[in-house]
Amino acid sequence: MKQDLQYQQNTESTSRQEGHAKRGALLWQLFASFFRIGLFTIGGGLAMIPLLDRIAVREKKWFDEEEMMECLAVSQSLPGVVAVNMATYVGKRKGGFAGALLATLGVILPSFIIILVIANILLRVGDNPYLAGAFTGIKAAICGMILATVIRLGKNNLKDAFGWIIALAAFVLIVFLQVNVVWVILGAAVLGIAWTMIQKKHSAKGGD
Amino acid sequence: MQALFSLFAAFFKIGVFGFGGGIAMLPLIFQTVRSFHLMSASDFADLVAISQVTPGPIAVNAATFVGFHSAGVAGSLAATLGVVIPPFVIMLLALRFLDTYKESRIVQGVFAGIKPATIGLIAAAVVFMAQTVLIAGSALALVPCILFLAAFGVSMTGKVNPIYLILVMAAAGAVFCS
Repeated sequence: MKQDLQYQQNTESTSRQEGHAKRGALLWQLFASFFRIGLFTIGGGLAMIPLLDRIAVREKKWFDEEEMMECLAVSQSLPGVVAVNMATYVGKRKGGFAGALLATLGVILPSFIIILVIANILLRVGDNPYLAGAFTGIKAAICGMILATVIRLGKNNLKDAFGWIIALAAFVLIVFLQVNVVWVILGAAVLGIAWTMIQKKHSAKGGD
Repeated sequence: MQALFSLFAAFFKIGVFGFGGGIAMLPLIFQTVRSFHLMSASDFADLVAISQVTPGPIAVNAATFVGFHSAGVAGSLAATLGVVIPPFVIMLLALRFLDTYKESRIVQGVFAGIKPATIGLIAAAVVFMAQTVLIAGSALALVPCILFLAAFGVSMTGKVNPIYLILVMAAAGAVFCS
């Protein structure tokens, strides 16, 4: 009896240890993945999207494309550094507060270190044509990569006419009419609420 | 000490009010840095150039750079903490709120609206980025356009790791755009 109890306690503590090890591994994965993402996010936070799609959705399978869409929507709607928003979102969802902290640390550390270490050198080699060419190539490529990702996200997430109209309207308002992003997001939120209410009413009627 | 505090305060403000991310934040960063007397306009031009050629979020690049210029490594740290803490805290609060009210019709409605809008926003950002890199003067820049199309095509297949794609395109740019 006593032995049984001890055995039980032992297995409990090993499973708890395994749990700790698993959690440690997850936290490390969050840090390392976001460090990698931060290192290759060139030209601003949105360059992160193709990398996030590849690493968080396809490689690590932390979540599916629909949840990634939710992450992007929340990150774009809140103020602040988009990259930090996304890292905090994914980190918190997958690893709680510690996850959020490590993912955020991971995504900002590369730029912090690189600026400190090489910014002063870069100022001097800024005129180097090969370096300038390399960054032109990277930026052109990143445009193409984000475009490919947004097309895939659109195909998988725009499920009805309402979604397509909102997406198209947001694009036109910002690109052609230079409307502030904040107003576009607020307007979309209000229309979304109205649309959901109308749909609920219809389905309630249909159920009667 | 006062320098550190004003760095922290300036970048905290950028962290709270910055919207849209990336290059869209540069005007706000410039105004704030100037109003706190942290940097001259010509130093700021250096900062913009450096942000374009270093990885990472532009706001963090700016914080590290401006902080280092005015108060060394401690300054970098103060400014970076300032710009990172607001979005970190705001996101944690937002997630808690969303988890509590995720069944609410209002929250579901907000998502029904902002999810598709996000697609439009990102597509719009691609247009703005493309304008800065694919157009030279009044004509299309040939090589960047070819690299853009190649990266787009390869990405659509979903088979190549974006990191390798970036490295290959950097090499191609160094050879053909220099």
